[in-house]
Amino acid sequence: VPMAAQQGTDEMRDRVVLGEFGVRNVHTTDFPGNYPGYEDAWDQRRFEETFRVDVIREEGDALEFDMVGIDAAIANAFRRILLAEVPTMAVEKVFVYNNTSIVQDEILAHRLGLIPIRADPRLFEYRNQGDQEGTEIDTLQFQLKIKCRRNPQAAKESSDPDELYINHKVYSKHMTWVPLGNQTDLFPDADFRPVHDDILIALLRPGQEIDVLMHCVKGVGKDHAKFSPVATASYRLLPDITLLKPIEDEAAETLQKCFSPGVIEIQNIKGKKVARVANARLDTFSREVFRHEGLKNLVRLARVRNHYIFSVESTGILPPDVLVSEAIKILMGKCQCFLNELDSVPME
Amino acid sequence: IQADGTDGNCVTFVLHNEDHTLGNSLRYMVMKNPDVEFCGYCIPHPSESKINFRIQTRGALPAVEPFRKGLNDLMGVCQHVLNTFEVRAPAFPILW
Repeated sequence: VPMAAQQGTDEMRDRVVLGEFGVRNVHTTDFPGNYPGYEDAWDQRRFEETFRVDVIREEGDALEFDMVGIDAAIANAFRRILLAEVPTMAVEKVFVYNNTSIVQDEILAHRLGLIPIRADPRLFEYRNQGDQEGTEIDTLQFQLKIKCRRNPQAAKESSDPDELYINHKVYSKHMTWVPLGNQTDLFPDADFRPVHDDILIALLRPGQEIDVLMHCVKGVGKDHAKFSPVATASYRLLPDITLLKPIEDEAAETLQKCFSPGVIEIQNIKGKKVARVANARLDTFSREVFRHEGLKNLVRLARVRNHYIFSVESTGILPPDVLVSEAIKILMGKCQCFLNELDSVPME
Repeated sequence: IQADGTDGNCVTFVLHNEDHTLGNSLRYMVMKNPDVEFCGYCIPHPSESKINFRIQTRGALPAVEPFRKGLNDLMGVCQHVLNTFEVRAPAFPILW
């Protein structure tokens, strides 16, 4: 096979090319039979040799890691599961005993539902359908009881609400856990509370009070977005910038400005300034190169098809690495469920 | 699951409570099988959560076999990804 043709097919297989007006080679084409001379049938051993995971950065609730050697379909499946199918606990039912605040009952209930609750969902079961009461294995109960009063010690001419009133701002730290049944025995060291203490729920004035009881249940993001465990989970493909011809002097300076800082570095070789791709990973592909007539044919912008840079940011309920493990286990669970069904039910 | 087809070689499976998450990844694994002549999936209506997954095989292989193999291969991929990920970022069970 001639060298140029080989390079062309390799490019088609491994790279998604960003042209001036469109993106080429988007779909995966390496299926058996498409390319003569290439071994494309599924081989677990070959997959295990080329696959790797590199954790780039892990800070508190944010995790950035690379998955190399996997296909878009599966990477996307992990992303979709992280967003919609990893379960968490969130407030579902709000029993309003007294609400004389300005915030309407349903608005208050909606806001309470969106507060992330620090409770490991793996300790709880899903609530049975049609069960209105809730048992101790599937429900967490919280109470929010707060009344606003005038501050007797405030100065006469003060107009600062913080000084005039007591308890006029209702924060999530005012939510207290009320153990149900034998939950104190089941979770002796547990401290169930909202993840953040400083989420403002409502504002009150003297005489207004809020007295509600909340039931948290286990749910998934597919049902309601309040159950989604990630602030967001996304991925991008690794950028690949190739300079087709050497670029020097002013053109090199212009080229450096076309990309994000740090991508192109200018070296001084024999007195001339020569451009070199230093770190393509940092680029965000604004395609500024294509606006310069002299430069647009000298650069090839592409992405590596099987190198995914994942960025997972958790809401604080579970650490992001636990979330990714759970997502992978959920995909395995789906496959297992269909395999069991295939084996048990005879096909007609 | 419901299967529907004329002979054993071309079968359309209807998978309930599934969407692109499993559909696309399973389609990729089944397409990697050299015995499969055609594999595709579609979602008949976005309000109903089910997918029509069609497999046509070359020769006399019953279509259930590539379906089963695709599911097993996808399990293998997930298991390997989980093992590799847990080596890199060990996850300890957390009890609040």
